[in-house]
Amino acid sequence: MNNDNRRYTFLFIVGTICVIYIVRLFALQVATSEWKNKGSRLTEREVVVYPSRGNIFDRNGKVLVTNQTVYDLMVLPKEVLPFDTLEFCKLVNLPYEELKEILKKSTTYPNVKYKPSPVIKQMLPEEYALFAERLYKFPGFFVQARTLRTYPESLGALLLGDVGEVNKEILEKHPDYRKGDYIGLNGIEKSYEKELRGKRGIKYVYRDNLGVEHSVANGQLDSAAQEGVDLYATIDAELQKYGEQLMQNKRGCIVAIEPSTGEILALVSAPTFDPNLLVGRARGQNFSALARDPLKPLFNRATQAQYRPGSIFKLAQSLTALQLGSITKDTRIACNRGLIGCHGAHSMDDLEMAIVHSCNPYFRGVLQRVVEANRDPNNRAKDAAIGLSIWNEQIRKLGFGSNLGSDLPGMKKGNVPSAEYYNKKYGVEAWNFSTIYSIAIGEGEMLINPVQMCNLVCIIANRGFYVPPHTVRQIGRGGSARSEYVTRVDVGVKPEYFETVVNAMEKVVGPGGTANSIKLSDIVICGKTGTVQNEPREDHSVFVCFAPKENPKIALAVYVEYAGFGGTWAAPISSLMIEKYLKGGTTNKGREELIMNAKILN
Amino acid sequence: MAASGKQNLQLDWGTIALYGTLVLFGWLSIYSAAFNPLLPSPFTFSEEYGKQLVWIGACVFLIVVILYLDAEVFNKLAVYIYFFFVLLLMLVLVIGKEVNGAKAWFGIGDFGIQPSEFSKIGVGLFLSKFISSSGMQLKNLRTRIQAFAIIGLPAFLILLQPDVGSLLTFLAFILVMYREGMSGNVLIAGFASVVIGTLSIVIGAGRTTYPYFGELSSIWTFIISLFGLSILALIFVRNFVVPRSRRMLYSVVVISMVLASSLAFSINYIVDNVLEKHHKERIYVMLSLPVERQDATYNSEMAKITVGSGGFIGRGFHQGPMTQNNYVPEQWTDFIFSAVAEEWGFLGSVTVILMFFTLIYRLVLLAERQRSQFSRVYGYCVAAIIFMHLLINIGMVLGLAPIIGIPLPFFSYGGSSLMAFTILLFIMIRLDAERLSVFR
Repeated sequence: MNNDNRRYTFLFIVGTICVIYIVRLFALQVATSEWKNKGSRLTEREVVVYPSRGNIFDRNGKVLVTNQTVYDLMVLPKEVLPFDTLEFCKLVNLPYEELKEILKKSTTYPNVKYKPSPVIKQMLPEEYALFAERLYKFPGFFVQARTLRTYPESLGALLLGDVGEVNKEILEKHPDYRKGDYIGLNGIEKSYEKELRGKRGIKYVYRDNLGVEHSVANGQLDSAAQEGVDLYATIDAELQKYGEQLMQNKRGCIVAIEPSTGEILALVSAPTFDPNLLVGRARGQNFSALARDPLKPLFNRATQAQYRPGSIFKLAQSLTALQLGSITKDTRIACNRGLIGCHGAHSMDDLEMAIVHSCNPYFRGVLQRVVEANRDPNNRAKDAAIGLSIWNEQIRKLGFGSNLGSDLPGMKKGNVPSAEYYNKKYGVEAWNFSTIYSIAIGEGEMLINPVQMCNLVCIIANRGFYVPPHTVRQIGRGGSARSEYVTRVDVGVKPEYFETVVNAMEKVVGPGGTANSIKLSDIVICGKTGTVQNEPREDHSVFVCFAPKENPKIALAVYVEYAGFGGTWAAPISSLMIEKYLKGGTTNKGREELIMNAKILN
Repeated sequence: MAASGKQNLQLDWGTIALYGTLVLFGWLSIYSAAFNPLLPSPFTFSEEYGKQLVWIGACVFLIVVILYLDAEVFNKLAVYIYFFFVLLLMLVLVIGKEVNGAKAWFGIGDFGIQPSEFSKIGVGLFLSKFISSSGMQLKNLRTRIQAFAIIGLPAFLILLQPDVGSLLTFLAFILVMYREGMSGNVLIAGFASVVIGTLSIVIGAGRTTYPYFGELSSIWTFIISLFGLSILALIFVRNFVVPRSRRMLYSVVVISMVLASSLAFSINYIVDNVLEKHHKERIYVMLSLPVERQDATYNSEMAKITVGSGGFIGRGFHQGPMTQNNYVPEQWTDFIFSAVAEEWGFLGSVTVILMFFTLIYRLVLLAERQRSQFSRVYGYCVAAIIFMHLLINIGMVLGLAPIIGIPLPFFSYGGSSLMAFTILLFIMIRLDAERLSVFR
């Protein structure tokens, strides 16, 4: 039998296989880009170009927050060759066990061996310098430069805020953030996150056979990083620093605002800490130490504390009662100490002198005239409820019970008791004026925070309006503040009613006044002391003021916790702050030294 | 006669040119895949591309020697050459160097020699001589058994190494025997076995809960189906086939059923219980069955990605990101085709496949024009061996065959492979050059 035809069978088999393979090649290479894309994901790296965060300057152009370069040491496991682990550990100061753990983690899910994972985050330039020249010995390891915040003035920790890497929660809420991004966590860093953040850039690169990185598609897919916008804060660094010095070894806060603009000049919360502590690798450790501190340095007393206002609230009561027509500036009320305690020698003051003497029975009487105005003659309880609602509405116009629209994150609103509030507390019609009169003198259920307190002074200094207190006056060099911080908010109190209050405040800082000791020869300070009862502990010492009397430049609220009478600590601190701001410093070095050295921490 | 023959040497320059092109293209691919940026010179003899140049040089020398030899030598020495390599295969089991779990190498300094690659030359020559010797008829069972013994001895020695890849390439000789008269049923049976084997592995990988027996390997479903099919076939035979053929077809059906079932069962058993875990995983990866270790899919996955990365026109020489970054381990050896596919694209890959097809076609043509049966059989041996390597190697790169480490002829890095294929091919060219002086 001739088998010659079998050559065709043989060639047919070979040909069939070749056709099958060509079809398969077509399927892999041409028909779909699935495999090609998989390849791109392997070989092309997306390099994130982190923008540098915007700088923050003070109102005079001094740098408050800027960036420093740090280096994340990364590992790309697929390129790692056997290396001298001992030398490596020594160079980067890492225990061998930890390195082993990190390397293991870098190749276990969700990390994969062809994606870089961090080995050491945030090496400082000096640490990196030691390692840089040996880096070539460790293939697969490389560094990625990043920026960290740094605070050259070491001040305003809570005011400026800190940044941290985004966590899972933030990532879920904000899809435009990615693992490894930084975000402002509080203070200005938080409220101006959008401006400061800038825009992350992405560079697509692939490595050629020489290990050199090339851009993909001539960089057409790349997006440039956009640097964050610089902010010009309203803060006066000198004043802020001075305030922090005055408040050292004390608990409390200072709020200083320029009345005409609502710009916050200083916002001190004591005790404070160096903001540089919350930067870099020591951040976690330092943070938990601060969180454990019984003096609560992480608690921003200027924005988050809610104090009973005490006597300074009498200023607000006066304005409210005048506007509601319940009293005139000439109304005299007997100092009946049987109803409520008082101090000093006076008996039948008019409004101005009642403020100067801080006469408690007088202001009890004022609130009674507001609340018990016989609007419901048959029912004292109903009458009080109606009266309190009227009072509540008017006093809220002064900014109480709201965050004032401020850009300070986490501002507490305080508590302005309303009829509903007491109904809930005591029951409907189960209370009347006698139940609630302690709010007349800023005690009882009345709660405000120090920024609101200072804002009240601004209203008085401006004779009738305020601008929401804010911390940034220019977004970008030559820019302006956010639009809500350029408009005045009218409080609905006639300008003439302020004169009585202002005059009284001037007299407080004068002969016979409770803060006579801080009177300055060249600047007229208008102020009001307060002493917030704090049974069984020592009273809080409070002082609010503005200066000068005409065309005021600065309004202040000072709170010193557990420090006793307002005139003793809070008032001198205020006057030193005023001198610092208006004259660049005080001549009363003795007072300055005394305050700075005082330790009120019991 | 030798002298006159030499004067009339009619070298088939087309085949030689094809050989040269393949070797050159192969070397370029190795140069690209194994490139060390610190040592870019092609003459860097510490790197694969430098070493391969040495091997190519050695091949030129071998070619000259082969062309100067008398063509009669190969016929006369066929048996000695065969046993020489059988001896080497035995020796390598004793003094060989173990690489990747197989005792397949003689280590000579930096270089290694793999006798299994050369043994195919011996088998080819001896088989040709045996079949062409007068009176041999492959229809004859005795002759078939003897022929299988010639193939089987070195194959068995290679199995002992063990080197499954090289072993599989010995299947090439079955194609040769088919051309020389062995029944075509062998090919049909072989094809059927591959289909049944694949199905039994795919189906056997699952587990099924059977009534009364509980959960067992799904292979039983397959065997029950085979059983059902044969009953259908029996019914078909009974109703539609003329009575005189029925008896014969009944036995064909029953025997096929028994053979198929036992094949399915034994392959399933071998995969599950005899093969080493990594072999089983490679088979599973090829068949897209789930494997426990992600690593097992790595090579196959990377090879496919590298091929896909080439696209239609390829990334260009030295420009393939997957190749240049060594994503495919030891790409310059068995996976060299993936480098071709990435850097030269669909066009380049098809060109290479067509070049191989042309070479095989050319060899068939050469074989068929021989006057001597020895030369013809030998020509088919060369063509079939190259084809088997092509089939397994490119199939593996394209994910159509399991990962079996055998080289792509003329392309893959490695002295043994390159020299063995060169000798194999040029003996044929030498035989062909003198075809006109040979008398039947």
